[in-house]
Amino acid sequence: MIIKSRRKNKRRPFDPILLLVLLLTIGLTALLIKANYTIPVTSFGLAAEVARFQPRSGVESPVTAVLLNFRGYDTLLEVMILLIAVIGVWSLTKAPFPQKAVKTSPVQLAVVRLLAPLMCLVAAYLVWQGSHLAGGAFQGGAILGGAGVLLLVAELPWLRTIHSRPLRIGLLIGPLFFLGVALLGIINGRELLTYPGKWSGSLLLLIESTCAVSIGLTLASLFAGGRPADDLIGQTKTPACNREQKRC
Amino acid sequence: MLTNNLYNLCGLLLFGMGLFALFACSHLLRKILAVNIMSSGVFLVLIATAYRPLGAGEIDPVPHAMVLTGIVVSVSVTALALILACRVQETSNHSLSQSERNTNDGDSEE
Repeated sequence: MIIKSRRKNKRRPFDPILLLVLLLTIGLTALLIKANYTIPVTSFGLAAEVARFQPRSGVESPVTAVLLNFRGYDTLLEVMILLIAVIGVWSLTKAPFPQKAVKTSPVQLAVVRLLAPLMCLVAAYLVWQGSHLAGGAFQGGAILGGAGVLLLVAELPWLRTIHSRPLRIGLLIGPLFFLGVALLGIINGRELLTYPGKWSGSLLLLIESTCAVSIGLTLASLFAGGRPADDLIGQTKTPACNREQKRC
Repeated sequence: MLTNNLYNLCGLLLFGMGLFALFACSHLLRKILAVNIMSSGVFLVLIATAYRPLGAGEIDPVPHAMVLTGIVVSVSVTALALILACRVQETSNHSLSQSERNTNDGDSEE
């Protein structure tokens, strides 16, 4: 079978449309490379602008200032995209845990018990560090998500019975807090996503920590691949059963 | 400047290769992988762009911030696409790939 499919792959390049696509892609890449080399070196860069407004942003790290203050729109929408991805995954399937409980090996359990708290600590440190060095909500959230993936891989028994409501609150807390702070600007008579001057540092830290929790939970639940077992019980059961019967 | 150009070139080549694979492969998993490779190329170009005005002084933080959020977003989009691909396979009762459907030997590959 492998030989057959290989032979198929060998025959592929003679397809004229595929050849055309190949030539077009090569042409596009060549154009992009040419365009890239014609960009003048000195003409762009917002580093000077960022450095000028840095003291007013409330944080010392330029990347965090750009992320949450100067380009707050982008980050707000990206956090929303993460939320929408989770909503999409949850609306499609239930988390596919295996039917009977698997006995986790003691070595793996020991590693998980050692690493999971450590990862949470590192994530909190990264969020804290985001105000003055490299770090922030997305890095901390990624490490939290890694901790969640570690727990999921170990197939701990309490994970399959995890309740839906605290998970939902955890997923929502970051985006909602960010949105609330953004709307607070409008209520106080300023523009969207402007922070009050002297509070901006602590507000940014709060936004970052809540967003890190949400991002970590988002990544972990995306890895789990579906909604928790007790989610929407009674409402989806009947259509799902009907569909299964139809398929049979 | 040489390393910068090298990064740009690699990023654009990755983008082109991913784009070709996106058009040429019919298997959904390969399409998802192709989009991932394309996004890696874009991230590489953005990071190289941030590094460009090094001679003038600082590194540009704006592309850095874009890449930072972009990576997390691309991970989540990949997860959603994978779940959707699994769903397509479940509901459409036959294998995802056009060529495998023709030869009828797709099931043994999964």
